[in-house]
Amino acid sequence: MSILVIVEHDNAAIAAATFNTLGAAQQIGGEIDVLVMGHGCAPVSQAAAAIAGVRRVITVDAEQFQQPLAEDMAPLVRDCAEGYSHLLAPANSFGKNLMPRVAALLDVAQLSEISAVIDAETFERPIYAGNVLATYRCREPIKVITVRSTKFEAVATTGGAAEQLSIPALAPQHKARAVSRTEAKAEGPELATARIVISGGRGMGSGASFALLEAVAGKIGAAVGASRAAVDAGFAANDLQVGQTGKVVAPELYIAVGISGAIQHLAGMKDSKLIVAINKDADAPIFQVADYGIVGDLFEILPQLEAAL
Amino acid sequence: MKILVGVKRVVDHNVKVRVKADGSAVDLDNLKMAINPFDEIAVEAAVRLKEAGIASEVVVVSIGPEKAQDTLRQALAMGADRAILVPYAGLSEPLAVAKTLKALVAKEAAQLVMLGKQAIDDDCNQTGQMLAALLDWPQGTFASELKVADGQVEVVREIDGGLETIALALPAVVSVDLRLNEPRFASLPSIMKAKKKPLEQVTAEELGVDLSPRLELLSAVEPPVRQAGGVLVATAAELVAKLKTEAAVL
Repeated sequence: MSILVIVEHDNAAIAAATFNTLGAAQQIGGEIDVLVMGHGCAPVSQAAAAIAGVRRVITVDAEQFQQPLAEDMAPLVRDCAEGYSHLLAPANSFGKNLMPRVAALLDVAQLSEISAVIDAETFERPIYAGNVLATYRCREPIKVITVRSTKFEAVATTGGAAEQLSIPALAPQHKARAVSRTEAKAEGPELATARIVISGGRGMGSGASFALLEAVAGKIGAAVGASRAAVDAGFAANDLQVGQTGKVVAPELYIAVGISGAIQHLAGMKDSKLIVAINKDADAPIFQVADYGIVGDLFEILPQLEAAL
Repeated sequence: MKILVGVKRVVDHNVKVRVKADGSAVDLDNLKMAINPFDEIAVEAAVRLKEAGIASEVVVVSIGPEKAQDTLRQALAMGADRAILVPYAGLSEPLAVAKTLKALVAKEAAQLVMLGKQAIDDDCNQTGQMLAALLDWPQGTFASELKVADGQVEVVREIDGGLETIALALPAVVSVDLRLNEPRFASLPSIMKAKKKPLEQVTAEELGVDLSPRLELLSAVEPPVRQAGGVLVATAAELVAKLKTEAAVL
């Protein structure tokens, strides 16, 4: 059995979810190789070779991979897939975009966002916004899988000495072209991996009042998140959305402020170790999953919270 | 330009599903069903392109039970021109759906396919990407903005780090995210009109597609209920004290 993990990166560093994906690969067992598709991505390949438990790093360095376009990546992954029993990538916007395209080229079914490995062909994954855990057996010759990173421990980033291998790219497809990218300004820790997350919902009332959350976040090193309602209303950027269709987080501490607790939001945060809810409505469903709660006006409580920290 | 839109009939997003007592599957008996919310946004986007004079015809397709005709009628009431139902009583998997759509794209000579980025029942998020691969077309996944002009479609995608704009040469596949638009409510006259619009049935056999599942569902269980502490405190200071001492997370 051998597994190929697709490395997500920005040509300079490996994205954190890749290490959790490797954690899932270790649970499946067998030899683990990684594939780096990028441009000027030598630092990424170096870092990948140092990861504990990686046998081989396959690098494809070509101009077309400056931006990660699925149209160019998928045929290459298909060509690399021969001989592997499993292909894994993180279940984030990178892996979700790429892997189904790979699976279709291989004519195999895909398992999306697995939450547990039962054995090499049996996997658990959440369906219905996490209200049901389904276990599937997959008998496809190559198992194409995306991994929910919060459900698997990250592997050690050092201690490995993998063999390095470079292969040429295929001819670029020119079907899709990256025009521009708006990176959200990164202040504080990354939402998906932060130890503490403080999220605001519709109750925040405006984008300006997110400054109250940021003030608290700054004091405790938290990342700021948002509910779908807050993002839809334009209070917060789309990449802050936590929930069924946004990011799934599982921090040590999750503070939900002005969030009612729709099942679509709970799907994205209910694996948090400790949940705090601040809401003026004592009947809000968020209190049913909260370990600590304050019923009251968030505009009074948030400044008090900032002062008390 | 003809647009094909895929729509799925799913359990209404307000319904909390239960699993069967033997843990073999989700219990779908007598539940309120609805059009997949993401697909509804795709229908709205396609209808707007027709209203803007960019699309010539909007054809909606569903692979599902006879009852999926209701879902298709809803899309027709929103402004789609025609509907096609591929009858299938089982649980459809994305790869089989993508193959079915590929056959219909050829039959209809569609230039643009639009669908929701995921169905809210199986949460797979696969069909659009798979269809694009099978057609060897470019894909614009998780679209929150869309512009079609000069033989290309420009898509703003919601990605982990923010927003990405890509340009796709037509023909192309677009999978839509929540913020692309707000679907209209169909008016009573348009609901009446939709009853007279053509709804054709085409079987998977006629399309040469095998819809049988590749994955075997072994069990479906409800996740363990979170044991919430449920402690209410009165002040922010009290909360901070509890987080520091009792919970020791600060």
